[in-house]
Amino acid sequence: MTVPLLGTARPAGRARGGLGRVVPVVLVVLVLVLLLAPGLLSRTGPVDTTDAFLSPPSAEHWFGTDQLGRDVFSRTVFGARPVLLASLLGVLVAVVAGVALGVLAGAAPRWLNAVLMRAVDVLLALPVLLIALILIATAGSGVRSIVIALGVAFTPGFARVVEASVRRLRTAEYVQAAHVFGSTGLRTAVRHLLPNLMTEVVVLASSAVGWAVLTASTLSFLGLGVQLPQPDWGSDLAAGATSLATSWWLATFPGLAVTITILLANFTGDQLMSALDPRDGLRLRQSMPRLLGRRPAGPAEPGRSTGPVTTNRDGAVG
Amino acid sequence: MTFVLRRLGSAVPVVLGITLVAFLLIHAIPGDPAAVILFGANASPEQIAALRTQLGLDRSLPTQYLDFLGQLLHGDLGTSYLTSNSVAHELLSRAPSTILLAVSAIVVAVVVGVPLGLVAGSRPGSVLDRLARGISFLGVAIPYFFLALLLVLLLSVRLGWLPAIDDGTPKGLILPAVSLGWGYAAILTRLVRGRIIEEYRSEYVRSARARGCGEGRVLLAHALRNSAIPAITTIGLQFGNILTGAAITEVIFGRAGLGSFLATSISNKNIPVVQGAIVVIGIGYVLINLVVDLVVGAVDPRTRLAGAR
Repeated sequence: MTVPLLGTARPAGRARGGLGRVVPVVLVVLVLVLLLAPGLLSRTGPVDTTDAFLSPPSAEHWFGTDQLGRDVFSRTVFGARPVLLASLLGVLVAVVAGVALGVLAGAAPRWLNAVLMRAVDVLLALPVLLIALILIATAGSGVRSIVIALGVAFTPGFARVVEASVRRLRTAEYVQAAHVFGSTGLRTAVRHLLPNLMTEVVVLASSAVGWAVLTASTLSFLGLGVQLPQPDWGSDLAAGATSLATSWWLATFPGLAVTITILLANFTGDQLMSALDPRDGLRLRQSMPRLLGRRPAGPAEPGRSTGPVTTNRDGAVG
Repeated sequence: MTFVLRRLGSAVPVVLGITLVAFLLIHAIPGDPAAVILFGANASPEQIAALRTQLGLDRSLPTQYLDFLGQLLHGDLGTSYLTSNSVAHELLSRAPSTILLAVSAIVVAVVVGVPLGLVAGSRPGSVLDRLARGISFLGVAIPYFFLALLLVLLLSVRLGWLPAIDDGTPKGLILPAVSLGWGYAAILTRLVRGRIIEEYRSEYVRSARARGCGEGRVLLAHALRNSAIPAITTIGLQFGNILTGAAITEVIFGRAGLGSFLATSISNKNIPVVQGAIVVIGIGYVLINLVVDLVVGAVDPRTRLAGAR
C-alpha cells in the first residue's frame, strides 16, 4: 500500500497559504447548497414572475430581471444545479468506466489489450462535442443524456492513463511479489494496483470537472440540456444573447457563473494536484486538455526520467 | 522508415473503427431509418419495405458494413435524405469556411499563446509572468461562446469597430477567430511556460550560456525550439475540438459552414450527413496527427525510439 510510486512529499519551503485551505471547504459547502437547497440563497424562485420587466441590476434585483419579470439572480442560482449535476455525475461515470477499462486492459493478455486500446483510440479520435451530439441525437436531450455523453466522451482519457500506469506497475517488485505468492491477476489489480493509481485518477478527475462544465454548458447553450422555462446557465445565456445590445445583464450573469465555476474547478484541481502529487501532478494536468478527447502524445513525448525505466508493449514511455 | 510504417499501421485499425462507429449509428437511432426518411409522408408499409430494399437495409449487418466501406473507398459518403445531393458534395461545399475559421483560430492561439508563454517562462515569478498566468487561467475558464458574446457586446455594439455578424469579409473573421482561439492560446501559454522553465534548467542551456550565448539567443534558438514540439503536438491533438468549436462559433456569428449544417442534420435525423461528418472529422483527426507525428519524428529522432514496439 505504501509503495512510494508517486512522490507524495510536499515541496520543502513552499508556503501554503490559508487561501488554499479555506477555498476548498467553502467551495464544497457552496456546491452542496447549490445542488441540494438553492432556495437558501435566493428568496424568489427561478420561474416566479414580478412586475419589473427587463429592469437592470438594482438593489431589489441584483442581477436584473428578464422580459417575463423573472429575477436573473434567482435563475443564476437555480441554474447551477443542472450544469453541476451533469458535469459531476458525468466525470464520475467516466472515472468508474475509465478506471475499470484501464485496469482490465492493463492486466489483460496482449490481444485483448490491443482490442480494448484500439477501441479507446477510436473514441479519442472523435471530438468530445461530436460524441455528445451523436449520443444526444440518439438518446434525446436532457440532463441524463448529457451525463451519459460526458461519461462516454471522457472515459477514454482515464482509460489511457490508467492502462499506461497499470502496465508500468506490473513490473514493480511488490506486484511481482504478489504474483509469486499466488495472487490472481484481477486480485492484484484491485488490491495492489488500484490504490496506487488513485492519486493520478483524482488529479485527472479534478481537471476533468472544469472541462465537463464547459462541455455541459455548451450543450445546454445549444438547447440540448434542460428545457425552458427551467433555469440553466447555458440555455439562459443563449436566450439572453438575442437581446445583448439592449439588456446586457441577461446573458452576462449566467456566462460569468459558468466562467467562475470553471475557474474554481481548475483552481481546486491545481491545489489538489500540488497537495497530492507535486512531481507528477503538473505533467498530468498539462496533459489533461489533450487526454480529454485525444490520445496522449505518445511518440512525441520524450521519456520521463523518473520512475523505473520499463518499456511497455505499446511503447508509450511512462 | 520502419517508424513511418509502424505509425501508418497503428492508424489503420483506428480508421476502421471510426467507419464502424459511423456505420452503426444508423442502427443506433431509435426507429427504422426508412420510416424516418418517409416521416410525414404517411408511408404505407410497402413503401417502407421498398425503401429498405433500396437502401440495402434488408441485408445482413456485415454485408451492409462491407458495402459502406466499399462506397467510402470510392469517396462516396452516401446521399442526403433531405436534398438527394451527395453527402460528400454537401460537406465539401461547406468545409472551406469552417476550416478557414479553425485555421484562423489556431493562428490566434499561436500568435498570442507562444509569446506569452515565452515571456512568462523566461522570468517565472515576475509581474509579466503573473499577468500571463492570470490571462491564461481566465482564458481556459471562459467558454468561447460567452467570450464571443462579450466581444460582440464590446467591440461591435458599444464601439462599432467590428461587425457582429460574419459578413464574409476578413474583418468579419476577426471576432470569431479570436473567441475560438483564445482558449487554445491559454492552453499553449501554460504549456510553453512550463516547458521553457524546464528547458532553462537543462544542461544544454547552461552550456549555451557558458559559451557566451545572449539571453535572447538562448531563449529563441535553444529553449523555444525544444518547446515547439509539444506545442505542435498539442495543436494537432486539439484539432477535433477546434473544428467542433469552429462549427459552434459559426452558428453564433451566423457564418455559413459545417456547424449549422451538422446541427440541423442531427436534429432532422439526416443520418448519412452525420455519418459522413463522423468519418471526415475522425479521419481528418487521424491524418493530421499522423502528419504531426511524422514531422516531429523527422525533427527529433529521439521520439522515433520512444514509439518503438
